[in-house]
Amino acid sequence: MDDLATGKVIAVNGPIVKATGLRGIGMFDVAEVGSDRLMGEVIRLDKDVTIIQVYEDNTGMRPGDEVISHCRPLSVLLGPGLIGNIYDGIQRPLVGLCEMCGSYIRKGITISPLAVDRKWEFQPLADAGTEVRGGSLIGEVRESPLVLHRVLLPPGVSGTLTGIAPAGQYTIEEEVFTLDTGSGTYSGKLASYWPVRRPRPAGTRKKPSIPLITGQRIIDTFFPIARGGTAAIPGGFGTGKTMTQHALAKWCNADIIVYIGCGERGNEMTEVLTDFPRLIDERNGRPLIERTVMIANTSNMPVPAREVSIYTGVTIAEYYRDMGYGVAVMADSTSRWAEALRELASRLGDMPAEEGFPPYLGTRLAEFYERAGRVETLSGREGDITIIGAVSPPGGDFSEPVTQNTSRFVRCFWALDKTLADARHYPSISWIDSYTEYLSDIGQWWENLDNEWLSIRNELMNILVEDHRLQQVVKLVGSDALPPSEQYVLFCAETIKNVFLQQNSFDPHDKFCSPEKQLKLLHTLVCLYRRGLELVQAGLSVKDIAGLEVVSEIVRLKSEISNREIEKIDAYTLRLEQGLAALKIPTTGE
Amino acid sequence: MSAEIEYTTISGISGPLLFIDGVRGVGYGDIVEIRDSSGQIRTGQTLEVDEQRAVVQVYEGTSGLSVHGTRAVFVGKPMEIPVDRDMLGRVFDGLGRPIDGAPQVITDRVMNVNGMPINPWAREYPRDFIQTGISAIDGMNTLIRGQKLPIFSGSGMPHNRIAAQIARQAKILTAGEEFTVIFAAMGVNFDVARFFIDSLEESGVLTHSAMFLSLADSPSIERLVTPRIALTLAEYLAFEEGMHVLVILTDITNYCEALRELSSSRGEIPSRKGYPGYLYSDLATLYERAGRLKGCGGSITQIPILTMPSDDISHPVPDLTGYITEGQIVLERQLFNKGIYPPIAGLPSLSRLMKDGIGEGRTRQDHGHVAAQLFASYAKVKRIRELAAIVGEEELSELDKIYLKFGAAFEDVFLRQAYDEDRSIEQTLEIGWRVLSLLPGEELYRLTRDELQRYYLA
Repeated sequence: MDDLATGKVIAVNGPIVKATGLRGIGMFDVAEVGSDRLMGEVIRLDKDVTIIQVYEDNTGMRPGDEVISHCRPLSVLLGPGLIGNIYDGIQRPLVGLCEMCGSYIRKGITISPLAVDRKWEFQPLADAGTEVRGGSLIGEVRESPLVLHRVLLPPGVSGTLTGIAPAGQYTIEEEVFTLDTGSGTYSGKLASYWPVRRPRPAGTRKKPSIPLITGQRIIDTFFPIARGGTAAIPGGFGTGKTMTQHALAKWCNADIIVYIGCGERGNEMTEVLTDFPRLIDERNGRPLIERTVMIANTSNMPVPAREVSIYTGVTIAEYYRDMGYGVAVMADSTSRWAEALRELASRLGDMPAEEGFPPYLGTRLAEFYERAGRVETLSGREGDITIIGAVSPPGGDFSEPVTQNTSRFVRCFWALDKTLADARHYPSISWIDSYTEYLSDIGQWWENLDNEWLSIRNELMNILVEDHRLQQVVKLVGSDALPPSEQYVLFCAETIKNVFLQQNSFDPHDKFCSPEKQLKLLHTLVCLYRRGLELVQAGLSVKDIAGLEVVSEIVRLKSEISNREIEKIDAYTLRLEQGLAALKIPTTGE
Repeated sequence: MSAEIEYTTISGISGPLLFIDGVRGVGYGDIVEIRDSSGQIRTGQTLEVDEQRAVVQVYEGTSGLSVHGTRAVFVGKPMEIPVDRDMLGRVFDGLGRPIDGAPQVITDRVMNVNGMPINPWAREYPRDFIQTGISAIDGMNTLIRGQKLPIFSGSGMPHNRIAAQIARQAKILTAGEEFTVIFAAMGVNFDVARFFIDSLEESGVLTHSAMFLSLADSPSIERLVTPRIALTLAEYLAFEEGMHVLVILTDITNYCEALRELSSSRGEIPSRKGYPGYLYSDLATLYERAGRLKGCGGSITQIPILTMPSDDISHPVPDLTGYITEGQIVLERQLFNKGIYPPIAGLPSLSRLMKDGIGEGRTRQDHGHVAAQLFASYAKVKRIRELAAIVGEEELSELDKIYLKFGAAFEDVFLRQAYDEDRSIEQTLEIGWRVLSLLPGEELYRLTRDELQRYYLA
C-alpha cells in the first residue's frame, strides 16, 4: 500500500510546481520536491502532469529536479504532546525548528510534531480479548494537569484486542496494544495519523443547547454562542478582532483551545506565547497554556501552508472532541486563508468569480464551518467544537465576498464597529449590526439560573435599539428637543454602554465576568430604567436622576467588584432603589 | 555548471519582463546578469521557469534592450548583497551600489535580500517604550522598540517632517542608547531624499546611518528590491551586531504601484484596483522583518510612510498595510488645514503594542487610563461638533459646550507642538491631565478614583 512514485519537475511558478512521471499519485497526496525534499501537496492532475503546491520557500527549484511521493494524503500526527505546543501550518513544531536552525525558519527541515523520546504514563482501560471498533477507549494518559488524554482506537479500525501493554511509561512510538482485524494485525500506538482534509467521523449530532460562556458581557448576554456553534468576527483593521479572539481564547469555558494564527502578525503569536503560560484560569487555578494548542502560520510564512493551517487546526480539534471534550477553535483570520486560496487559484489560471476569488470559495468556507458541532462521539461521550473565525474585510466593507460567504454559514455574527473602536470602546462589537441565532437554543440554560433573564435582556436590547433610532434625531435637533422620557432612554442607553457593554480585558476583575455577575448587573440596570422612567414620566428631570451619587458609582462596579463577591452589587441596587425613591417629584400644576 | 552558459535566445520583451528561450538548469528566483548590445550590465530575477523558457524581471528596466544582441547569464543563486558595519554613513542607489563617490564596501559577509521568515517562537515580544518627544505619539499611540508603525499620510502633508523628528528625538528611557537609521526611498523625488539627508546631518546621526535611494527617475521595478536591501542590512546590524535600527521606508504606495505594474505585465488576475491578489503577502514579507529576537540585543523598528491616494484609508495600500502593521499614525487633512503640526488624527491612529509598553515601571501608572480617557472624550467631541454644525453652538447644552472647549484645547495644546519641541513623557501626561481637567470629574469614567484624586486639577 506504500507505493513510491517518482517524477521530474517541468515548470516552476512561485509555489506552484508542475511535474511529470508520478504514476499512481492521487489528489491531495503529499510529494517531496527537489534536492531539499520540500513538502508539497497535489492539487490538480492533468493527464501525465501533476500540479503540486509546495509548502516551503522554493527559491532555486528548477526543471529537472526530482519529485517523490509515497502516495499518502497530507496528515497530522495526533497523540499526547499536542497541548501547549505551537506548530506551523503543516504541523512542524516551532520550538523544535528554533532549536535546530535558529531564529529563522529554514526550508527542507523535517521534525516529528510530537516528542518521540518523551515517555507518557499509560493506564490501560480495556482487556485483551474484547471486541473494539473505531472510537473505543483503550487507555488514558495524563497529558497536562488539565487534560486527561483518552487513547481511542482510530476511526475505521475494528477487531479483537489481542494484547494491551500494562500500566507504565511509553513513548508515542512504542506499541501499546495489538488488534486482530480479521485481515491482519494492527499495531496500536499512543499516536496516529489522520488526513487533514477529511473530517473525523462522529455519531449523531445534538442540538446546541448549552452556551459557551465567554465572560464577555456583550456576547454572553446579548449575542450568545452555543457550544458546537459557529461565529464570525468581521471588522476592519484596528477594530480589535485579534483582541476579541485573544479574550475569548483566554476566558471562554471550553476544555481545549485551538488557536490558529493564519496569515497574521508574528508578534501577536509571540504575545499569546508569552501571555498564556503566565495567565491563570480562575476556574481551576492552572495556566491557560495547559489547555491550548497553537498553529502559527504568520503572514510572511509560505502561502500554501497558510491555506492548510486551518485544516490542521480543526483536525486537532476533532481529535480532542472525540475524547469527549469541548473544544473552541479560534481562526484568525479566515480572510487571509481565503486570500491564500485566491493566490493559488490565480497561479493555476482558474477563472475568478468575485474580486478574483475562485468560485469555490463559498463551498470551502461551508466545509470548514461544518466541522463544528456538538456530537455524540464514536465512544458514546459528548464532545463539541465551536468555531470562531475572524474576518478581515478590505476597507471594513462587509459586502465583500469573504464576509458575505461566511455570513451564509455561521449562526452568530459579531460585527465590529470602527466608531466604537475609535472611542476605545472595547469589545467594539456593534449591538446594532450583530446577530445570533442561538438565543432560543440556549435560552433555557439562562432561564434555569434566573427566570427573568430573557425578558430583562430583551428590555435592555430594546433600549439600545431605541437609542440608535433616537440618535438619528439627536443628530439633527439635539437631545434637548426630545421629550423627557426619550431623553431618559438616551441616558439609560449610555449607562448600559458604560456599565455593561464596555469591558476592559486587562482589568483583573473585569476581564472575565461570570454569568452570575452579569445577571446582577442586568438587574441593577433594569431597576435604574424601570424606576427612573416612572419618575421621569411623573415629572422629574433626567438630570435629577443622573445626579444621584450612586448612579455615577455603578459605572465602576464591573472593575471594583470581583466575581466572588457579587452580593455587593445587591447593596448598590438597593441604594439605587432608595435613592430613586427619595427623589421628590415636583407637584403638578406648577 | 549552468552558470557558465550565456543565452542569446531572447524571445520577447514586455514591460519589465524578458522572456528567454531554451534555458536549462535555471532555478526559480535565480539572478540573471543581462548584457545589452552596448556592453552595459543589468540585473534581473527569474520569476517563472519551465522546460522551454524563463521569465525574468529586469530591475533596471528594459528600455534600450533588444531581442537581438542581448546576452543573459544565470548566476544560479538568489539576489545577495554584501553587508557590513562600514555601510553606515554611506549613500547607495536602489540596488545597493554606492553613489557617494566612495568605493564599494569590501566584506565577505553576503546575505540573501529576501530574508527568511522569523520563527514566532524565536521572537521577543516588544515592550520597550521609545520616547519620540511627540505627545500625540507618546501619550496616545506609543511607539515600541521592534514595532512596525506606519504613517498614513496624504500628498502635501508633513509626513517626512514627522519621520525626521522621530528619527532625531527617539530615545529609550531606561538606557542612553541611540538609534541607527536606515533610510530607503522608493520613487520619491530628490528633494525628499535631500530633506532626510539634511535633517539627519543636522542632528549628527548621518555618520551612522545608511541611505538607499531609488528615486522617481529610476526604473519602477527597482523599487521592489530597494526596501529588501535596506532591511537585509538592518537585519545584519540588529541581529548580528546587536544594534537598534530604525528603518524608514518611503513611499510604500510607489512600491505597490511597481508591483502592480509587474503583475499586469505578467497577465495575472488582479484583485482590488488592479493590485495583485498577493499584495498582502508581499507587503508582509517587508513589514514582518521588524521585531526583536530572543537572545539578541538588537531590534528593528520600522516606520513605513505611505500616501493615501485622495486621502482614502480604504484604498488597498493603506488597508492591507493596516492589517499587517502594529497600528498606524494617521495624518488628518482637517487638522493640517487648521495649521496644527503634527496633524496626527486623534481617533483612527493606534498603536497595538502600546498596552504592554506603558504603565508602572515603564512610563507612569496612569498612562493607559489617561490615553483611553482622551480617546473616549475626543470621540464625544467629534459627535458634538457634528451636532453643532447643524443646530449651532448656541443650542448646545452646557456640558456639550464644555466638551467643545476641551476639544479645542486638546488640539491646540496637546497635539500641537513645534518641529524641534522634544517633550518628555511626564510633560505629555501633565498636558493630558491639564486638558482633561477642563471636563467635570464625573465625565472621566475611564480613570480610577485614586488617579482623579492625585492628578485632576480642580
